[in-house]
Formats: sequence, structure tokens, C-alpha cells
Amino acid sequence: MDESDTEPPLVVVPGADPSARQLCFAWGPAEVLVCETLFGRAGGSRSRAGAAARALTGSVAGTGEGAPSSSLVFVVRRDQDIYIQTLRKLFNESHGIFMGLQRSEEELAGKSRKAQLVQVSKNYRSVIRACMEDMHQAAVSTRDPALQGQYSTQVSILSAMELIWNLCEILFVEAAAAGPLLLRLLDWVRLHVCDVDSMVREVLSSESPSKHKLFWNVVDVFVLQGRMDEARHLLSKEASANPTSMNMYKILDDLMKKMPVPSLGNSQTLTELELKWQHWHEECQRYLQDGTFASNPHMESICKILLGDEDAILEKKELMTTWYHFLVTRLLYSHPTVKPLELRFYAQSSMDLFLGGESSPEPLDMILMAAFEFEMHQVIKECSIVLSNWWFVAHLTDLLDHCKLLQSHNLYFGSNMREFLLLEYASGLFSHHSLWQLGVDYFDHCPEYGRVYLELHIERIPLSTEQKALKVLRICEQRQMHEQVRSICKIMAMKALRNNRLGSALSWSIRAKDAAFATLISDRFLKDYCERGCFSDLDLIDNLGPSMLLSDRLTFLGKYREFHRLYGEKRFPEAARLLLTLMTAHIAPCSFWMTLLTDALPLLEQKEVIFSAEQTYELMRCLEDLTAGNPDKQKFQDDDVETTKVEMLRLALARNLARVIVKEGTVEGS
Amino acid sequence: MEDVSAKFVSQKISRTRWRPLPAAALQPPDLFATGSWDNEDNRISIWSAGDLGNADLNGEYHGEPHLLCDIQHNGDVMDMQFLDQERIVVASSTGTVTIFRHHQNNQTLSANHRWEKAHYHVDQDTSCGGAACTGVVCNNPEIVTVGEDGRINLFRADQKDAVRTIDNADSSTLHAVTFLRTTEILTVNSIGQLKIWDLRQQRNEPSQIFSLAGDRVPLHCVDRHPNQQHIVATGGQDGMLSIWDIRQGTMPVSLLNAHEAEMWEVHFHPSDPDHLFTCSEDGSLWHWDTSTNVSEKPSFLHQGGRSTAYLSHSTINQSVVSAWLSNDPTKDRMEITNLIPNQTLSVNSLDVLGPCLVYGTDAEAIYVNRQLFA
Repeated sequence: MDESDTEPPLVVVPGADPSARQLCFAWGPAEVLVCETLFGRAGGSRSRAGAAARALTGSVAGTGEGAPSSSLVFVVRRDQDIYIQTLRKLFNESHGIFMGLQRSEEELAGKSRKAQLVQVSKNYRSVIRACMEDMHQAAVSTRDPALQGQYSTQVSILSAMELIWNLCEILFVEAAAAGPLLLRLLDWVRLHVCDVDSMVREVLSSESPSKHKLFWNVVDVFVLQGRMDEARHLLSKEASANPTSMNMYKILDDLMKKMPVPSLGNSQTLTELELKWQHWHEECQRYLQDGTFASNPHMESICKILLGDEDAILEKKELMTTWYHFLVTRLLYSHPTVKPLELRFYAQSSMDLFLGGESSPEPLDMILMAAFEFEMHQVIKECSIVLSNWWFVAHLTDLLDHCKLLQSHNLYFGSNMREFLLLEYASGLFSHHSLWQLGVDYFDHCPEYGRVYLELHIERIPLSTEQKALKVLRICEQRQMHEQVRSICKIMAMKALRNNRLGSALSWSIRAKDAAFATLISDRFLKDYCERGCFSDLDLIDNLGPSMLLSDRLTFLGKYREFHRLYGEKRFPEAARLLLTLMTAHIAPCSFWMTLLTDALPLLEQKEVIFSAEQTYELMRCLEDLTAGNPDKQKFQDDDVETTKVEMLRLALARNLARVIVKEGTVEGS
Repeated sequence: MEDVSAKFVSQKISRTRWRPLPAAALQPPDLFATGSWDNEDNRISIWSAGDLGNADLNGEYHGEPHLLCDIQHNGDVMDMQFLDQERIVVASSTGTVTIFRHHQNNQTLSANHRWEKAHYHVDQDTSCGGAACTGVVCNNPEIVTVGEDGRINLFRADQKDAVRTIDNADSSTLHAVTFLRTTEILTVNSIGQLKIWDLRQQRNEPSQIFSLAGDRVPLHCVDRHPNQQHIVATGGQDGMLSIWDIRQGTMPVSLLNAHEAEMWEVHFHPSDPDHLFTCSEDGSLWHWDTSTNVSEKPSFLHQGGRSTAYLSHSTINQSVVSAWLSNDPTKDRMEITNLIPNQTLSVNSLDVLGPCLVYGTDAEAIYVNRQLFA
């Protein structure tokens, strides 16, 4: 692809005034933030402000209101079509077709594969058409003239897209050979040149069509579009009204009936067709020279058209409306067996003849011309520049790529063209507040950069509800994007924590296997317990199961709660054993030992002896470790309550020891 | 050929619900409501299921659903249910619960009553933020809602304030709620628990807790068998369908491997509960059919030659152990069909009524199947 393009259109940011102040900007994934700076306008800064705007083909999406202009930040979006409500149908439905195409294995060889691809192409087109109809309905039903204008613009854009797509389908996807090619092109013209349809309807629905002033125009339209049967039908009406010139009508009717046309089947070879055609051509020539139709200028001109007389055809310019109609008519009557590669010559000369130097070709003409010239890349490039969305080029390129037509082509940037365009399109989808889900699948089918793009985009999806978070999470988990899974869970855990939903926060950090965060939350639980003397969220803590092992602190929390349950169920020996293990196995954090020892106090004071001598020694050691190991003795001495607690514990331990020695001695002695 | 009509609606659909039929109605349902999510501008819409008057000679209906009216809704529609023929209760992600009234004579929707911030978080700075209301269930005039804040609210359609609120009913997120009996409700949460709450008791504790063993897989949806109230179906994050018998045990009777991702909704067919429908994030919608082996059952259960097939069917249903509870996997008694073969985006919601099924997807389409059992 050549280096330079035409100068992209300038985007005017309404509300911003680049002539007074310099603008600054920052790139986003699919948008640009633009704001006015405090700096006045100095010479030479034009290029900088222009650069922001140049890369954009979109419009301003949102501005603040009422504030002084320097405090505004503008969001300039690139792919404005994404935001059109009616087009969402196009995006969603074509997403399904796209996925089907990616899934379809290339095992089908030759013809059936081609038939499959043509079907896919037709499906895409029918979606465009359906969307066009909806848009048209919307345009008709709305009363707001501005909106109506907007809808009509969209309708014409969609119809141009369909026109281009259809031509690409004939030339590239189906790659029709000489013969059928012409038939396809005729269908194409009939489908898209519909300006004359209303005229045809008017004439046909009038009481006596042959008396209508537009009668001959309609006959000409039929002939120009190769709709011979319809033209003959109309002519027969005129003939019956004009018995005098009956003979003339019969001859013309006969000529039209006999005109050889290419067949879709393989029943006749091209040479056969050419022979027949030559013969028929000579017959027409003869009648024209005879002056058979001299008395009726209308019929004479039809005969000239049948002979492929360019001037005669060009006279009907108004009825054809476009140069490509002229091209197809010309081919029909002078080169019915045109080969695909010869198209370019006829196309170029047809356009020149038709426009006749009066008007210059428009972008659409250039695109169609490029298609006739089989310059696929040129088609895609022109479309990318002209159309306001990436949808068209992304899907068309993908289809052509599946036809194996684009393989040799590499870009000097990024990966291949298909992937580049898909990435652009999908990025646009991701910038939309609700179409982002579609973008995921497109990224999936970009082998080189898709994943990186997805990783960057998915983290930026705002997580408004847990359900949305779950959906995003599922996307990440299916693709083994561990980093993103962790990050999403962490965001959700933080949110829950801020909302004082410790249980939820813990669930999220368990899901992310985030040990550090689980520790943090466990500490919050323990702190709450110390303050209130009871546990919150028992239903969760009692049901931790294997996830308890995620972090030491969480294990401690679970076990500590288990101790309370055992104690509550009066299973004292088990409770005592657990309590001691928590300390000796260093599961409990040191800061919590005092609480644990205090919890041991009622067990020590029970009527029956619960701690064995050995266990009592262990407890005593724990207590001494705690008091001795703490260099900050000051704290204990200052705090009367703490000192009393320690004293009480020592006393209780001593008494328990005494009782247990007696008991154990007695049991052994007896 | 299946008679499914689809319509692309340019908004991601989070809920679809048939309007309930009047008690004596014989015709199939014709109206349904949808709610959207994740839009800048979310809407509640009422649709006509298609031209019912224009059924052709074969009894096939044509035409896609068409919009009757819609109204803007603040926040994502998290759940909704018809309270009666005219009123719909909608749960919002902002924590608000709204009753909308559908005026059938002039086809408009209006907000009838609103409980602002029925669900909320009390965060560290003591300011109140709304918390998403995730589930709603009605039993006219009672409305029960649950939310991400772990709160359970009981409203009455005609009363301004909540009749009863259980704060901190659950330490994790409550995902769905349904009525077990008129005074008892079932909730499922994000740590794989199924809880029964008796609203007559003043204690703010569940009367019973059931839970999945092991992995604490979050449960997303719950439905109760319409005739045999002890049979409950739930769907989980791993796509597993669990059937519970709440008369016994604390664990599910059977775990059926189903979808590949979150199961968003599960529904017993209201009048033919041998059929069950589930839909999932993986884009599939399954029809579980346990009725296939009915004919093999002993014939003495038939009430006599004159009873219609349908009647004998339902008597069997109540006389023998329900097929849902038989945990004998060797017998191939369940027929499962995926009703959507090639969908890629999530099916968020479904509803069945009579022979009709309606479902909505993240691909912004709604589908109506009018001949489920054809």
C-alpha cells in the first residue's frame, strides 16, 4: 500500500476554539480527549492541534455545559457510527455471521466452499438491506427534520455499502466467469438502480399504459436493463392499439425474443454463444438498414440499442442515471461474453463517456472503478477513507481473506490487513458502553495482536454490578488471562470492602486466589471480633472448606471460629486441643495470643479438668513467651487491665496444674 | 420445523417475562415484557408476540414480535416479574424497586410505585450508596427482593414502606429468590448456599441452610417445582444444574452437568413440570424432558380409559416419585435438547408459559418459540 493518503478531513470540535487557545489532547483506546490550554495561540502551533483532529473521522460525543470554555474536556470519538441505535442491529447480526464464517472449516473444497462463501456474503448483504429498511422506516416515521436528514444519510451510506459489497461478491467471491458474469452484473444493476422503479409502477398501474406519456421511457428502461420479457409484454399492448404498424412490432418483438443470452448452466459454450450472437446482430443490422423502423423513432432507437450503438444508449442517460448502468448495458449489447479481466477497459471508457467531462467522479465511482479493475486493496483503502465506520471494511476484508485473495499482501505496520482492520473495528466496539461483548470475539480471531488488545481493553470495562463483573470474568477465565482475572476480582473485593461487605470481599479474593487480600480481610474479621465479641458473617466463615488454606490468616480465622463452635457445643476437650494447636503450631498471629489465652480462661475454670498437665505446661510457656518475648514491657506495666489479665491467667494455670496433677496422679494410682 | 421468530432490538436483554394469563384463558400467551441492561439508556418494553389473529390454516403464526410501548428505566434491569396482568415489578442495579403499570387501552407504561434504594450499602464514610437489587419475586400483593447488600426486603404493593427488612441476611451476595410457600422464601447466594426463610418468624436467621459440598460454587438462579414444593432446582456458576429435596438432607439430590458457563435462569414449566428449561452465559438454552418414560410406568395408575392423556399424565406425576428426584443415572430417562445450536453470546433470560417460550440474549435479540412441544 502506498505511503501517503489524501489529506484526512479536519474535525471541528464544537465549543472549542483553536484560533484563540491552543488545544491539547491525549489518546485513549478509541477516543481522544481534547481540551483547551491556558496558552494563547502562537504561530506554528497549527500543526499540533491539527494532528489530533486529523486522525479522527468522528464527531464530538459529549461536552459539559454552561461552564467557561477553558474548563471543558471534549471526548472526540473516532467511530461515530457505532453510536447509531439502528446500526446496532447490523453489528449484532453480522457478528453471528462472522462467527459462523470463522467456524466454517475449510475442509469443503472447490465448488461447495465457494458456494458457502457466496452464501455468507449474501447473508451479510441481507443484514445490510434489513438495516437499511429499518433506517428508512425510521426516517419516514420521524417528524424531526434534523433526525430525518441523519437517517436519510445513513440510508444512502448503507445502500452504497451494499452496492459495493454486491459488486465485490460478483467479482471476487464468486469470481463469475465470462458469460454468467454479465448475468450477475445485470442482476446487480437491476437491484440497485431503483430510481426508475416508481416511474415503471406509475405507467404499469395507469389505465392504458400505452397512452401514458412515459410509456416509451419505461420500455427503454426494460431494454436497457435487459428485461426483455417485460419490454415485449408492454410492446404487445402498444401493438394491439396500433394495428397499422403491427408488422413493425412483430419484427422488433421477434428480434428481442431471439436475442441470445449467456446461460448459467454449461449447456452452451462461449463460442456457440458468440456465433449465435453474431448472427442475431447481423439480423438487427439488416432491419435497421432496411429502414424497417424508420417510421417510428422510438422503435428505431430501441433497435439501435440492441445493436449496441453507444450514442443511442447514451441518449438515454437520464434513464440509466449512473455510469455503471451504462457500462452493463453497453456490455450486454456489444460484448456479452466479456471476460473478467477485460472489464477494466470498458469500465474506464464507460465512465469517461458517461460523465463526459461534465462532472468529476465521486468517491463511490472511484471505489467501483477500483473493483472493476480488480484492485481489491484499492477498494478497501478507498472504503476505509470514505466510509464513516470500520464495519464494512473489516467484514469485507475478512471475507476476502477467507476466499484466500489477500494472502500475499502485508502491511508495513502491524500484522496483515485483515487483522489490522478487525482490530480497529473491535476497538471501536469496546469504546461503546454496551457493544464491548461483540468485540471480544473479533479479537479472538486476530491471531497476532488480538490477545494483547483484549487484555488492554477488558481491564477498562467499568464494572457497575457483580453480574457484569462475572461476565467479564468469564471472558477472561475462558482465555486464561490470569492477570486480568486477578485484577477484576481485586477491584470487586475492594469495592465490597469499601461497602463493609466483608463476606463478599472475602469471596472475591478467594476466587482470585489472592492470599494477601484474604489476609487483610481476615484481619478485619478478627478486629471486628475483638471489638464486638462476636463474629459477623458466620454463614461464610463456617463454610470456607478447602479455600481456608488460601492464606495463613484465613486458616486461623476458620479454625478460631471452629474453636468457638466446639466451645458452644460444649465439646471442651476438643476445643482446648484446638486452641492450643493454634498457638503452638504458630497458626495464630502473635498479636492474637492474648485473646486466645483469655479464651482459655473459662476452660481452665471448668469444674472438670480439661487441659492435661502437658497442655497446661504448653499454655504456661505460651504465656511466658508472650510476656517475655515482648520487649515493650512498658505496655504491660502501664496497662492495669493487661497486668490483671496476666495475673489471673497465671493463677488459673497454676490451679489447673494443681488439679490436673492430683487427677492424673489419682487415675494412674487407681 | 420449529416456529421461532427473532427480532433484533438494539439493546442487550437481561430479562424476558410472559404476561400471566387470566385463570380461565385457553389461548396461548400473547404479550411479554423485556428489560435491558448495560445501556446508557435502559428500557422496559412490552411486546406483542406476533400476529395471533393471523394464524394460517396450519395453526402457524407469522410475524415477528413488535413493540407496543416502552419506558426508560434507571440502571440495569436485574430482574422483573409480573405482579398481575397489568403491573410489573422491576429490580434495578441502582437498588431501586419499581412497579410499572401497563395501560392496555392506550398502550403506555408508567411508573406506578417506587421504592428508592431498597437495597443499599453503608460504606465507611457513612454515606449510602445503592446496591444492586438482584432478584425479585411476587405473590400478589407481596413482593420480596434480594440484593448485593445481602438484604431481604418484603414489600406489599399497596404500602409505601417495607413490611419487613432483614439486614445482613446473607454475608455474600444474594443472587435470586423464589417463594417456597406463601410465607416461606428460598434464596441462593454466591457461596453455593440455598436458604429457606420463614417470614412469620421474627428471628433474622434462615430456618434452614443447604449447601453444595466442596467448592462453594456460586448459585445464580432457583426455581421450585410447581406441584411438588419440596423439589427445587438451582443453577450455578459452573453451569451445573442441582436438584434439591428440601425435605431431607442438606445437599442436592442430584447434580447434573449442564452448561459450560454461568446458568442464568432455570424454570420448571408451570403447567407441565416434567419439563425444565435452563439458559446460560455460554449461549445455550436447554430443554430437560423427563416425561419420555411416562408410558413405561405401570398402567394401574391410569384413572380409567376415559381420562385424557394430559390428566393421566398429571396423576402419575403426583402418585409416583418424581422423575427429578430419582437419582438413578443408569436409566436414560432424561431427554435433553439444546434449543439454540449456534449462539455465541449469553442467553440471559427465558420464560415459558403454555406452549410458548421467550428468551433474550446479549446479542440484542429476542426470540419467541410458539410451538415448544410440537
